[in-house]
Amino acid sequence: MRGESVFPQLEQLLPLISKPIQYIGGELGSVVKPWESATVRWVLSYPDAYEVGLPNQGVQILYEVLNERDDVLAERTYAVWPDLEQLMRERGVPQFTVDSHRAVGDFDLFGLSFSTELGYTNMLTELSLAQIPLLAADRDESHPIVVAGGHAAFNPEPIADFVDAAVLGDGEEAVLEITDIVAAWKREGSPGGRDEILLRLAKTESVYVPRFYDVDYLPDGRIQRVVPNRAGVPFRVHKRTTMDLDAWPYPKKPLVPLAETVHERFAVEIFRGCTRGCRFCQAGMITRPVRERSITTVAQMVHDGLEFSGFTEVGLLSLSSADHSEIGDICSGLADQYEGTNVSLSLPSTRVDAFNIDLAQELARNGRRTGLTFAPEGGSERIRKVINKMVSEEDLIRTVTTAYSNGWRQVKLYFMCGLPTETDEDVLQIARLAHNVIKSGRQATGSKDIRCTVSIGGFVPKPHTPFQWAPMERPEVIDARLKALKNEINSDRSLGRAIGFRYHDGEPSLIEGLLARGDRRVGAVIRKVWEDGGRFDGWSEHFSYRRWVDAAEAVLPGFGVDLDWFTTREREQSEVLPWDHLDSGLDKDWLWQDWQDALTEYEQDDCRWTPCFDCGVCPSMDTSIQIGPTGQKLLPITPVNTGLRVPAEA
Amino acid sequence: MGRTKNQPTGGQAPVVQRIRLRYTKRGPMRFTSHRDFARAVERAIHRAGIPIAFSQGFTPHPKISFASAAPTGVASEAEYLEIGLRERVDPADLCKALDAALSPGLDVIEAVEANTPGSLADRITASSWRIELPGVSDEQLAAAVAAFVAQSEVLVERMTKQGRRTFDTRDAVASIAAVSSQTSPPGVVGAVPCAILDLVVRQVTPSVRPDDVLSGLRVVADLEPSAPHSLKSARATRLAQGTLTPQGEIVDPLDVDRDPVAIGER
Repeated sequence: MRGESVFPQLEQLLPLISKPIQYIGGELGSVVKPWESATVRWVLSYPDAYEVGLPNQGVQILYEVLNERDDVLAERTYAVWPDLEQLMRERGVPQFTVDSHRAVGDFDLFGLSFSTELGYTNMLTELSLAQIPLLAADRDESHPIVVAGGHAAFNPEPIADFVDAAVLGDGEEAVLEITDIVAAWKREGSPGGRDEILLRLAKTESVYVPRFYDVDYLPDGRIQRVVPNRAGVPFRVHKRTTMDLDAWPYPKKPLVPLAETVHERFAVEIFRGCTRGCRFCQAGMITRPVRERSITTVAQMVHDGLEFSGFTEVGLLSLSSADHSEIGDICSGLADQYEGTNVSLSLPSTRVDAFNIDLAQELARNGRRTGLTFAPEGGSERIRKVINKMVSEEDLIRTVTTAYSNGWRQVKLYFMCGLPTETDEDVLQIARLAHNVIKSGRQATGSKDIRCTVSIGGFVPKPHTPFQWAPMERPEVIDARLKALKNEINSDRSLGRAIGFRYHDGEPSLIEGLLARGDRRVGAVIRKVWEDGGRFDGWSEHFSYRRWVDAAEAVLPGFGVDLDWFTTREREQSEVLPWDHLDSGLDKDWLWQDWQDALTEYEQDDCRWTPCFDCGVCPSMDTSIQIGPTGQKLLPITPVNTGLRVPAEA
Repeated sequence: MGRTKNQPTGGQAPVVQRIRLRYTKRGPMRFTSHRDFARAVERAIHRAGIPIAFSQGFTPHPKISFASAAPTGVASEAEYLEIGLRERVDPADLCKALDAALSPGLDVIEAVEANTPGSLADRITASSWRIELPGVSDEQLAAAVAAFVAQSEVLVERMTKQGRRTFDTRDAVASIAAVSSQTSPPGVVGAVPCAILDLVVRQVTPSVRPDDVLSGLRVVADLEPSAPHSLKSARATRLAQGTLTPQGEIVDPLDVDRDPVAIGER
């Protein structure tokens, strides 16, 4: 029977595996509804381990938005670890939801949120365990409609064979619209079957249905064109933008897990979008325009979320939190409200200026000091111009020194390696910068007890950014640069001892690059890797570069292309990119111009403070940036600890 | 100096009342590890608005202490913890508030004010367990128990934090008995025999857990459930823990606080 719990079968496996708690559900904030009460049933997944997937904001928001509707039921599923996967296959236990332990294959819609492309193999595990055919073309009316979302969905071509649809952009309103369309179709008796419902979704122009588009290739392997193969299907699919964040104050009831997860805190998004224009940053490009949540809504969400969840840590999230027009009042207002309590507030800080330290000081007032992270991203002034990260060395030294003087003994500096036009020298400059940070810090504090951690991430060019045309650097070059940098940092023993060094190898980045800018031909590589045992590719202990290279070598030559063609090859302006028919609002000509500016080391201002530079988003999406100030102030009341909350007798 | 700035600004309020609680781990919640439960109870205390006291220091911790926790995967009707409060509350209200703030299955069933010195841990010398063994017949189990009782020492091996260790399980077992039979619960495909074992095990070091006793039964009598069951899929429940009397009864550690006079009469 559909919707039946598989827990009795699962329960027998739980004593045999590690961390069974992650599979039992029962989280605070989770919702269990009778199967028959709903017209439309969604299963949502963040295709990674529970400990990573549960805190995901996107899934939590959609879960709550959907479950608030009486005629809708939404449950969650996560990737199971290989120990359980093997037992499930042996005993025939299907992929299940953690809420009611229902079989994933029983639902109407299966939504997967991808913030990284390295989750693709886990999607195949979930589909296969759910007994859903891996290829969308092989599915019938009895199978859920598989929908991809999240940032990676801005180029879903590598997974086009496996998903039925993809949604670009904000999900709050999109999931409800899809729900309404599916509900109406079901009420009519599901006319025309799977084809008909997918066609109805495609006609909204904001749901991409890959099967309704044909991709033609040129003899040299490049794409000739991508065109609809059905009447009524739009040439371009547009991203969704939720404009009024105050009208969508989610999560209201955050999920509080019993199992330990990567983020043990209540997160409030204080704005969406970013106009800083860092050229490597896909998130900053595809989430435009900037939309602020007002100071009063932020404070209300913090209050309600803490009271509901019992969390003692709050993160004020966004792509560049210090840029909120009323961030000063938000920080001092919240610090007032929670002074003397054991709530800790944090602002993941990426902006390199002294203002950030003031904010962090405010938030640390009740004695709970959180770490400070600054992200200059590039080691040399030159490379920072290329990536449009407008931070001078002077700014950085001054900011970090201020932090040390104010009692922080440890700061974290974040950089990238493998950036376009990068030379060995650009990377070695990171060592000089770190040395200067420690020297100035010691001078300012008169103490040797200060440290910094240099953390290096691998650059991956992403679709819908000015770097979408850029060639990637080879992993062996990246690894050699990192090795040289490490030696350079330790060339001065006294300074080197005060500097921690963390980095990632170049190999995973290259594969992420293949998946990020791949087209439909890459789907066969993903499938081969999965068949060869690829799982949890975002985890270094599970990722196998060899497996990916072998699969690419086995599959891609049949199409006349190879791994290098997708990764280290520079694209030309005229090339049709696999995601050109997917509209993020950004004007391709503007992106190209910004790419040319990068190559000539010309910087681009931020339209929050300076006039519009015509990236194209606002006019094409009929939106505009939404920022304060509202002028509102938070009242100096203590909203917590209002006595025992004893439930009324039933 | 930066160092002085790192000190917390205000002192923490002192403990004015200590409450001892009994709680359960039922159904799927038996898979909660002790760490998981500790985190959950801390959050539930905040949600319930309980005026918990905090330790002094740079990173203040809530005043919560646990008495010997059941292993992950083992259900319990009798787990205990003690909390320190900065304001006095009615223990019965606290019990209801905390229970409502925890997931169903993690049920707070009693709260009493600590009237007596000493720690809960000092009052816990033994536990009684009930173990369901799907795939094991009554006769099989009875034979294994008889073989176990006949020994003066039953050595088993288990991985501990100190590495693989060998220890005796026989001496720690105060009583062991195979009890009535039943078939497995509904929902499992194909009814299988399910023997039941009742155990009272003393608190010793290294601790002897219910699964160690099952290993002991395997050692003395080759006890092995029919496939696909294994001794690992046995379902153990702690029914009680407390002070073991010479008569073999287990005294609830909250008895002393509940009625300080009664204990004097024992």
